[in-house]
Amino acid sequence: MTTDGMQKAPTKRSELQMARSMCWHCQSEITGEYFCEQCVKVQPLSKEMDYFTCLGLPRLLNIDLAALEAKFYDLSRAFHPDFYQRKTASEQDISLGNSAMLNTAYRTLKDPVLRAEYLLRLEAGSAKDIRTSPPADLFEEILTLQEDLEAFRAASDQAPAAVASLRTKLAADRELLEQRQRDMEARLLELFSRWDALHDRRPQAAPATPHSQQDKEAVLKEMRELLSNRTYLRNIVNDLIATTA
Amino acid sequence: MTRIVGIDLGTTNSLIAYMDGQTPRVITGRAGRGMVPSVVAMTDNGLIVGDAAKEHLVRNPERTIYSVKRFMGKNLEDVAEELRYFPYSLKEQGGVIRIQVGDKTYSPPQISAMILKELKRRAEEHLGEDITKAVITVPAYFNDSQRQATKDAGLIAGLDVLRILNEPTAASLAYGLQEKTQGTIAVYDLGGGTFDISILKLKDGIFEVLATNGNTHLGGDDFDRTVVDLLLGEIRGQHGLTLEPYPDQMQALRLEAERAKIRLSDEHKTTVVIELPEGHGTFRREITRDQLEALTMGLVDQTLGPCRQALKDAGLQPAQIDEVVLVGGSTRMPLVRRRVQELFGKVPHSELNPDEVVALGAAVQADILSGGTQDMLLLDVTPLSLGIETMGGVVSPLIRRNTTIPASAKEMFTTYVDGQTSVDIHILQGERELARDNRSLARFQLKVPPLPAGVPRIEVMFLIDANGILHVTAKDVRTGQTQSIEVKPSYGLSDDEVERMIGESFAFAAEDLKARQLIEARTEAEAIRKATEKALRLGGHLIDAEETAAIQTALEALDTARAGDDHRGIRARIADVEKTTHHLAEILMDTSLQEALQNKKFSELT
Ligand SMILES: Nc1ncnc2c1ncn2[C@@H]1O[C@H](COP(=O)(O)OP(=O)(O)O)[C@@H](O)[C@H]1O
Ligand SMILES: [Mg+2]
Repeated sequence: MTTDGMQKAPTKRSELQMARSMCWHCQSEITGEYFCEQCVKVQPLSKEMDYFTCLGLPRLLNIDLAALEAKFYDLSRAFHPDFYQRKTASEQDISLGNSAMLNTAYRTLKDPVLRAEYLLRLEAGSAKDIRTSPPADLFEEILTLQEDLEAFRAASDQAPAAVASLRTKLAADRELLEQRQRDMEARLLELFSRWDALHDRRPQAAPATPHSQQDKEAVLKEMRELLSNRTYLRNIVNDLIATTA
Repeated sequence: MTRIVGIDLGTTNSLIAYMDGQTPRVITGRAGRGMVPSVVAMTDNGLIVGDAAKEHLVRNPERTIYSVKRFMGKNLEDVAEELRYFPYSLKEQGGVIRIQVGDKTYSPPQISAMILKELKRRAEEHLGEDITKAVITVPAYFNDSQRQATKDAGLIAGLDVLRILNEPTAASLAYGLQEKTQGTIAVYDLGGGTFDISILKLKDGIFEVLATNGNTHLGGDDFDRTVVDLLLGEIRGQHGLTLEPYPDQMQALRLEAERAKIRLSDEHKTTVVIELPEGHGTFRREITRDQLEALTMGLVDQTLGPCRQALKDAGLQPAQIDEVVLVGGSTRMPLVRRRVQELFGKVPHSELNPDEVVALGAAVQADILSGGTQDMLLLDVTPLSLGIETMGGVVSPLIRRNTTIPASAKEMFTTYVDGQTSVDIHILQGERELARDNRSLARFQLKVPPLPAGVPRIEVMFLIDANGILHVTAKDVRTGQTQSIEVKPSYGLSDDEVERMIGESFAFAAEDLKARQLIEARTEAEAIRKATEKALRLGGHLIDAEETAAIQTALEALDTARAGDDHRGIRARIADVEKTTHHLAEILMDTSLQEALQNKKFSELT
């Protein structure tokens, strides 16, 4: 473990943000994507840049994973610290920061659930409220399961026959919940496509109508519900697996 | 461009390699062996490392250090249950293990530095240039403290460690370079003290690690101990003799157990023979491979859990692994091969020498860093989750295991009490829920301006670099001011201590050099004496009595010098002998003996 005194930081953040269009090294205007065309120095990714932009993608939810990977590999070759070993300390710092950001961006977008959660955060800002109450339409199933689990925990030192029958019951509960999980995932993918269809009407193409804005918000809302239900369900299933293991 | 070498600093054996054009090569010593046993003997004549030190294991058990890698980045409590196997004495100071030899103590990084220096010297001799930069490999499952300790060892040895590289990934680089494979591979690395499994995707020159797992306290040493314990029990039963109090006996037993284990990789049965002390005669016992497998089965099976976990983390089924690569000496055990084959459902690869492949990969990585190879890139991961302790001793994870590095996470901190001026932060590594079940990496105090509760906003950035080593920085969001953080590592040497050890290492260097020069001069004196005697036997009749007498006198003077400890004196007498025998050598060259002598230098005639 090492700690760096912050005095080591080569450039102040505020300066970087201001100078995004200007090379931090030679001050010439930047026309290249990640490197200054004048002095060929690597440029820091803006801290405000979102992960879609970072990986050169529109804000859509259906992603071609092979293309995403190819882009990630390309950018890794551009930013990875291995290729900055002989460069200046400032360039090494930029390489480290850019690589760390790229890695986070890739990890987030690669996984559909993380991707959707990230999009919700981007679109809704911090207004995202995580609900912890059980999903309404699963109320019945969850109640039954909770009772079965109680009974199972209490019965663990009772007659084997009783335990076995409870076990069968829990297995059936699990099967049911897992089916619900699959349903949710299917629905999530539907929402992905709906979002993409709505979002493709980019402002440049056609200005967002109040109507399309409403549709988008409805999609986001349902997606948020779905994701928190999914998390809730997953925790319950994990608990079930741990108890019966 | 200074050359960067690749070093495999192993529990049992260490190697150094470099890139010779497009080919990585292990540097061999005089005896043609690439492996340097990771053994350090502190003898009266100075420090000895490697093969020669191995001979001191039995002769000088309290002063001969082996398997020191097991102690890197550890405290005494971590290794409590294996202490009884070590003949040398261990203590703890400032959370770091110290090895006591006579009245001196050494930290594990200092001992490792002695091994590194031997490797460095070997490379300097072979390449004829100063070596100052290196890539050093560590087990993928090494935590932050263990990595840092390895870096410290490099510093103490006078090496700029440009990269701490994971051993299985290094192996994959060497393997990928050779086989030009694309697809998913699993690298199973079982050495003397550690076990790693890494799952990688190879595509267009990118080596992306998908998941890694392991056990930094499981390897061939542990197999040996099962045999040692068996033998100890039987010797006690049959002879009423307890060997534990005899460190030399225990070492002899350990080495014999290891040799038997190694033989049983090729044979189905073997006999261990042990000379017992105090007139108890000789203990003999036949061991079969089946017996060894029964003893070690449990340990070998302990490697399977991490393999399954790594597969799960990579989101893969065993059948989706295209190739399995074996690394490390212990993968020569038939039981290990069988188990790996059963798990992955395919015959594992072992075309590349499992002893050398890690060092070769380190040389490839060194070449990448020095701007040579540009078409290969390794994207590695952090093996363990990183988090901070929150209310109630629970860990809040910041960076999950198997996250591609470099990786960073930001966390905002504030105060709970009006006017509070600091916040304590405890950083941990591990997969458990509670702080106390994880590895404590460090604690530090964040300085906060005195303000009402909840108003200060300090952003702390945790960054794991490409070496898998953590860096922490903090910024006051309100003022934009940055602050330097004093982190006290829980199990590591402080910067001051490392600094002091570097200094000591240079002081020792002078002493060590003297010891080495003396040993080398004596060896050379011995060689020239033998050569001269042979020349006298062959051609003594061709020179006159006066000349013969002069040679004899020179030889006697050489013997006297050799008994002393002044290497310059010995060198001077060697030169004298060469001068007085010059004529004889010429005559021998000119005679019919010429052919037999070929073109060898006189001093090589032994
Ligand atoms: N033929 C063999 N059969 C079984 N074990 C072996 C064989 N050869 C070496 N080993 C064991 O391998 C270990 C050393 O492996 P190595 O890869 O050099 O270790 P490390 O990387 O930890 O230094 C030792 O425990 C040694 O006993
Ligand atoms: Mg090894």
